[in-house]
Formats: sequence, C-alpha cells, structure tokens
Amino acid sequence: MHEHDVIVVGAGGAGLRAAIAAQEAGADVAIVSKLHPVRSHTGAAEGGINAALRDADSWQDHAYDTMKGSDYLGDAPAVEALCQESPEEVIQLEHWGMPFSREEDGRVSQRPFGGLSFPRTTYAGAETGHQMLHTMYEQVVKRGVTVYDEWHVMDLAVTDEDDPADRTCHGVVAYDIQSGEVSGFRADNGVILATGGMGQVFDHTTNAVANTGDGVAMAYRAGVPMEDMEFIQFHPTTLPSTGVLISEGVRGEGGILYNSEGERFMFEHGYANNDGELASRDVVSRAELTEVNEGRGIEDEYVHLDMRHLGEERILDRLENILHLAEDFEGADGLTEPMPVKPGQHYAMGGIETNEHGETAIDGLYAAGECACASVHGANRLGGNALPELIVFGKRAGRHAAGEDMGEATVTTGKDGEWEAADYEFEIEVGETGGKGPAAADGGAVASDAESVLGATVERAKDRVDELLARKGRNHAEIRSKVQETMTANVNVFREEGRLEETLGDLREAREAYKDVAVSDPSRTFNTDLIHTMETRNILDIAEALTMGALARKEFRGAHWRKEHQERKDENWLKHTLVSWNDGEPELWYKPTILEGENKTYEPKSRSY
Amino acid sequence: MSTQIPKQTEESSETEAETDVASKGDERRAEKRRRAAEERARRQAEEAEKAAADEDTIELKVFRYDPEVEGKQEPRFDTFHVPFTKGMTVLDALMYSRDNYDSSLTFRHSCRQAVCGSDAMFVNGGQKLACKTQIVDLEEPIRVEPLPHAEVEKDLVVDMEHFYDQMEAVEPYFQTDEYPDGELEEQRQTRENREKVKMSTRCIWCGACMSSCNIAAGDNEYLGPAAINKAYRFAMDEREGEEMKQKRLEIIEQEHGVWRCQTQFSCTEVCPKDIPLTEHIQELKREAVKNNLKFW
Ligand SMILES: Cc1cc2nc3c(=O)[nH]c(=O)nc-3n(C[C@H](O)[C@H](O)[C@H](O)COP(=O)(O)OP(=O)(O)OC[C@H]3O[C@@H](n4cnc5c(N)ncnc54)[C@H](O)[C@@H]3O)c2cc1C
Ligand code: SF4
Ligand code: FES
Repeated sequence: MHEHDVIVVGAGGAGLRAAIAAQEAGADVAIVSKLHPVRSHTGAAEGGINAALRDADSWQDHAYDTMKGSDYLGDAPAVEALCQESPEEVIQLEHWGMPFSREEDGRVSQRPFGGLSFPRTTYAGAETGHQMLHTMYEQVVKRGVTVYDEWHVMDLAVTDEDDPADRTCHGVVAYDIQSGEVSGFRADNGVILATGGMGQVFDHTTNAVANTGDGVAMAYRAGVPMEDMEFIQFHPTTLPSTGVLISEGVRGEGGILYNSEGERFMFEHGYANNDGELASRDVVSRAELTEVNEGRGIEDEYVHLDMRHLGEERILDRLENILHLAEDFEGADGLTEPMPVKPGQHYAMGGIETNEHGETAIDGLYAAGECACASVHGANRLGGNALPELIVFGKRAGRHAAGEDMGEATVTTGKDGEWEAADYEFEIEVGETGGKGPAAADGGAVASDAESVLGATVERAKDRVDELLARKGRNHAEIRSKVQETMTANVNVFREEGRLEETLGDLREAREAYKDVAVSDPSRTFNTDLIHTMETRNILDIAEALTMGALARKEFRGAHWRKEHQERKDENWLKHTLVSWNDGEPELWYKPTILEGENKTYEPKSRSY
Repeated sequence: MSTQIPKQTEESSETEAETDVASKGDERRAEKRRRAAEERARRQAEEAEKAAADEDTIELKVFRYDPEVEGKQEPRFDTFHVPFTKGMTVLDALMYSRDNYDSSLTFRHSCRQAVCGSDAMFVNGGQKLACKTQIVDLEEPIRVEPLPHAEVEKDLVVDMEHFYDQMEAVEPYFQTDEYPDGELEEQRQTRENREKVKMSTRCIWCGACMSSCNIAAGDNEYLGPAAINKAYRFAMDEREGEEMKQKRLEIIEQEHGVWRCQTQFSCTEVCPKDIPLTEHIQELKREAVKNNLKFW
C-alpha cells in the first residue's frame, strides 16, 4: 500500500498542474498514470491557449465569447474563473520556460481563432500542447513529485452510504502494468481525477488510443453524475485512416472541399452560401457526411480537401506541417493530390460533474481537465479553450485538495441545488445487466473507515484481475469495435430518435456480451490485453449515458443536432443533463444552467457569427 | 507473396511437457494457455489461407518474447499477414494483428501521430516510430523488433528507465533568478533566440537516438544524444542568463558528457522529429571550449 496526502490520477496538462499546485500548498502529492507523463494526449494539441493578456483585450470579453460559444450551457461562475485566471496561468507557463512563439518586441505571440472577438490564442508554433506538457513535466521533475507511471487505475476506494452525497473517497486501486501487481493508494486529503478525453467511444477520433474515459466511468460507478455527455465536438477535417487532425489553417488559407463529382459542395449544394469551407465545425462536418450518405463521397467514406491551387511556395511557407501529416499518416502528397478527410470525434464537452473548485458530489474526490465538466464549454467548446481549462482548474483542484480555503463554491454538485427528474421513458433497458447491484457497485466497499474501504477495494480488484485471466470467454476487441461502430454511425453529428433507440439496443447487446469477456494473454508482464479489456467496460458505460442524454434532449443546441428538433429551445432546455449510475439503474435528471456571473447576467443570444 | 503458415503450432505443443510437476492451478493455467495457443494457431492458419487468396496482403515478422509464458521465454519471430489499406502504417499493421489474430501481441502506443513517443522500434533494421512509418516505404517481409540496446520486457516493449534517468540527469527544467517585475509580465525573448532553441524543444522522448548510438551502447553512463539535446535547449535559451549557462556547460562537460560523442550522426539520422542532434552536441563542445579558454 502507498499513502500520500493527495493522489492525482493522470499526468496530462490537468494532472501535472494539479500536482504542482497541491505540492505548493504543502501537500505530499503523488501522480498515478497509466502512461508516462510525456505520453499524455495533451501533447497533441496544436493551436493554442486562450488568455486575455493584452490591454486591448479583457477577461470579460473572453467570458462573453465563451458563454456565446457554449450556446448558453456554460455555467457563468466557472467560465468567469477560466477567463480571469487564464492570463496569470499562461504567464506562469512562460516563467517556467515554455517556448512560446514571439513577436518582434519579444513578447509572446497570439493569433485569432474561431468565435473569439480578440486574437488571444497564445501559441508555440503548431505544437502548443507538446510544449505545455513538457514544460509542466519539467517542473514536476524539478519539484521531485512522486510519479507512479504505467500504473492503470482500476477503481476508486469510496464508502458505501446509500446517498452518494454522504460518501467519501479514500484513495484508488491501481494495477502495475509492468509487474502485474495490484496495489492500494491511500489519499489522506483527496483524489484528483485528470484522465482526459473519451474519444475511443467512437471509432474515428483525433484522440489517443489511451483516451478511454476511465476517470469519468470510475467516478460514475462510484456515484458522481456524468454531466452533459451528449455534447461531443466533431472535427470536419481528420485523415480517414488514423483520425489525425488537419487543422482549420488549410481552409483558412483557401483550401477547398470537393466531393467525388468534383463539386465544391459547401457552395454548390448550399450548405453555407456565405462562409463555404469556413463555416463552423459542426456545419462542415454535417455537410461532408451528407455528401457521403447521398453517394457523393469518395470510396463511400470521405471527401477531398484540396490545397494544390495555393501553389507550392505558399504551402511550404504556411502549411508545411500539414504536408508532413498527410504524407506520414495517410501516404498522400498534398502538393500533387487532394487530401482525403472526414469528420472525427474530437472533444467531450461533458464529463464528471464538478463545481468551480473541482470538487465532485463525493467528499475527497475531485476532477479537472477534459474528464471534468465544471462547466466551461457548455454545448460547444471554442478552439483554444481546453488548454486553459487544464491549468486553471488543475490548479484549483490541486489547491483545494491540499486543504486551502477557497471559499464557498457557487456551482452546486449532485442534488444539492435545484434539480428536476427527466420526463423520459427509455424503450430499452439500461444499466447493469441483471439490475441494481450493491450500493456504490464497482466503486465502493462495505466498510467506512479508510483502511478497510481501501483494503476491500483492493481485494475486489485482485479478484477481478484473477477472474479475467483465469476464465475462458470472448475477447474484448470485438465488443469494443461494435460499440465504436454503432456510436459513430448513429450518435455522430446527425442524431435521430429511431437510430438513437437502436443504439441503446446495440449497447445492451454489447453489455450482455461483455459479461463473458476474458483475457487470453495469461501473462502478468505488460498485459495490454487485460488493460484494454478493463477500458472497454468504461467505454460501454460512457456510450450508454451519452446516448441517453442525446435521446432525451429534444432540441438543437451547440454540437447536439436532432433531426426532429431543429431549434434551440431556451424555455425548456437551459439546463444540464445529468446521468447517475444509481448502483446499476441509471437515472437521468437535470439542473439549471447558471447564467448569472459576478457582475452581469449572460442573456442568451443566437449563436451566429 | 509468401503464405507460409505461422509456426505457432509447433510451440504450443512444447508447453505440455512442463506441466508434470506443477500444482493444480498451474495445470489449469497451462491448459488454458495451450488452448489459447491452439486457437491462435487455428486463426492464423485460416488467415494465412485467406492471405493466399488475397493479393493485397503484407507480411510482418514480429519479435516475440515473454519471460513468463511458456513458448515465449525463448525469443522467436511470429509471422502475421495483414490486409493492406492505403495509408497503412507499421503501427496500424501491428494493431490489426493484435486485434484480429493474437491479443497478446504487446507494444506501446497511444497518440498515433508522432507526438507521444511511445512506439519507437526496430523496423527492417532501423529505429523508427511505428505510427510514422508507411508500409509502402518498406521492403517485405517487414521485420519488427524492439529497440536495440535496451532490455526487452515483452515482445516490442523495452525498459525505458535508463533513458528517463539520463534525461533527468541534466537538470531538465528552466532555471532563472530574474523575473520581470509586473504581475502579468512575461520574460522577453527574441525571435532569433526562440528560433535557435526551436528544434531542440521538439524531442518526444522516444529513445530512438539513444538506441542507435554506439557510444551509448558501450558506455552505460553516457548521457546520450537526447539528454544532451535537452541540456542544449536550456543552455541556449537566453532567458536563463549567463550564470546558468555556465552551470549547464559544466553538466554536459562531465566525464560521460559531450566529449564522448564521436560524431557518427546515427542519432541525427533516426530522430523522427528531425532534430539536428549531432550539430547540437558539436555546438555545445565549441561553447565549452570557448568557456574554458575564458578561465584559462
Ligand atoms: C489533436 C488535438 C488537438 C487539440 N488542440 C487543442 C488546442 O489547440 N487548444 C486547446 O485548448 N485544446 C486543444 N485540444 C484539446 C486538449 O488538448 C485536450 O482536451 C487536453 O489536452 C486534455 O488534457 P487532460 O490533461 O485532461 O488529459 P490527457 O492529456 O489526455 O491526459 C490524461 C492522463 O490520464 C491518464 N490516465 C487515463 N486513464 C487512466 C487510468 N485508468 N489510470 C491511470 N491514469 C490514467 C493518462 O495516462 C494521461 O496521463 C486538442 C485535442 C486534440 C485531440
Ligand atoms: S532526440 Fe529525437 S530520437 Fe532522440 S528521443 Fe528525442 S525525438 Fe526521439
Ligand atoms: S503512437 Fe505516439 S508516437 Fe507513435
């Protein structure tokens, strides 16, 4: 058993920032991560970090842009915290040596990004995330924070009171990938989940293979609701064979989208007569999929993004990294042929419900980064707003977990504030196969003191590993790819009632199949078969909650499009979707969005640009 | 194209002999392994047959080793036949093999886009990132092995601890005493200086350079190209100041530092991020000489 004041799960931007903050606040911190820190997917971010650094800009403008971009589903207290604190956090990164791009006068460069009223996206070339991740890991090395790398966290050690609001988290249980050992990590003050995105719920994504939403699913099974899971951002230009992102820059420079008939469909088929290729991400994604669905796709799968007419000189000057991406990951030469692209899952706006201090409904359990929902992105994230979220909320969660007094939070968690039950009957059964389990099933234990809760959780995890290794059954890969396929086919940028119901049916079958899952590699050394099998369970739980939220939300808001409901309905839907595991019988409920900021109320306006 | 049946069938029968003196649990596990191996062999045989019918299939020979599993304790190569699709990388082919033929095939990978640095391996005799290596650029059969000069943990996974230790030995973090006064004031850096350190900051800690280096292979304490490059990244950053630069030069001038490098360029050749490693090492040598002359 290991023991620390604060345990941080995950070592991407959010986890590293949380660990540094907790240590600065005087706590003994350890990071537990299934990947070595520098392998985290924060390293893939290219574009930049939004921060109102300049005199002509203000955090108030950034907050206004973010609320509008969120289609008024962001919570103003969290959004304002993000925008107020991002500047000092970005300067902090600079003081830690992050190599930002520079202006003539030696100050850090900023560039314009979609949906922003001021060019406030602070960047380091086309590799902002890589530089940010490495800069923060350097600080972790400098401070000597303990890092348990290649330890896969399986479960949270949470007490088992009936009401999740009464439960306490005492630590985590993790599996050492290298040796096969299962061990408890006791957290005397708090556990911070920073496990990143969940793109692997879909079969085509810009996310890493390790982004399986583990933290979200673990917190969910322990009793913390998932919030706004139906809001998923799809990016219109990803390479078909890998999901690697081709940045908006290509279209910004004049790149053109063509269908198999050589038509410039954004105009010729009237998807966006004004903005064409530069329309917002969701509009372009839907246009591409419509072309493919109507038989005008190439190989029935993708469309072409052509930049040849820009000329070799301009391409080499401004878009050189795109040439490398297309060549290395798709075998396509952007100078002599159009590049194949299609929409891909990109970002999860929803996640573990938290307040603006990173606290969840369970005492001692925090979340920050892409896995959390504070909520700052609401129904749609603006480009450049995820990286500041990592550092602002990572730091907040770290400080709070270390015991700093940060005052009363305004955003409520669990059913502490106003809430309403959903008025929706699912035709398909959801939740644990075989019905309701013991309280805090999969997340809890029968005891209440820290020692025995952790002990019992460790024992259960060991049994689980032994069972998966010993028995005969199906391989998880088949189940995972079925889930990914149905989610990609039916819960993408197009959503309609019948197909969403069908998806719940598919997910039910997948859950049934998962009951017989087994690991065929018998080894205790680096058994990735075992790790992936455990991840697939998490993918299943997330896919289901996401689909439930999508079915019940009968409106079109931000990234959530519904065929039957083509407008935003503020009278009924200015509210967050929450799904509680409820010990195996998922419950859908809502709580109101907070539009009141510190000094002003953000009145919903139409999200047109 | 060869459609030879993979040789797993032979190995699976070997495992039985060893179960004689074993406990019940061991027997059960052995039995399970035997069945799993049979199943694998059957699937591979089927696949090989299919491959014969299908022109567009590639042949992959992959190094296998597991200290714990009978039949894998002696290193061997397994053959996989993978249907080719346009744009396919070595990583795609490995993932296909794992998900369709043998779920115990083990390798590190995550981002699939050359930023996480997890999947450096030895492909057709060269250090490469599997995710960044197009199949069409390779001769068949494609031989995939773990990085040389590192301890193999299992299949294509090597122990990276030594590499990490070397990276962390050069005080790999920004240090300065002088910060600007204003609360929201950044340190200034010229564009030229940022340009100077740019390439050195692109390292993804993949370990390809270290694995390719003869000197590192012979001298376990040699810092190696990546760690020296990390030191370069800070030594050349004007924001750290002159005093720190002295300290940095002392670190890389130690016995197992820059002077070990014999300018063979192998690191520069394999670096997937195109970092001019040898140049950086040479420049540090020159800086060190200049520096020493100053104190002569
Ligand atoms: C291609 C791409 C480009 C992007 N560009 C931008 C951009 O320009 N600007 C912007 O603001 N945002 C951008 N984003 C979004 C942003 O990069 C991510 O939302 C953010 O980096 C997520 O950081 P994180 O710290 O939450 O998670 P990650 O960096 O994904 O880290 C997750 C960590 O959790 C660990 N972990 C996960 N599960 C477990 C487990 N079970 N046990 C132990 N450890 C676990 C992992 O090992 C990892 O260390 C981009 C995203 C992508 C995919
Ligand atoms: S210098 Fe290049 S080859 Fe060496 S670890 Fe860094 S990225 Fe890999
Ligand atoms: S999988 Fe990340 S570098 Fe290849």
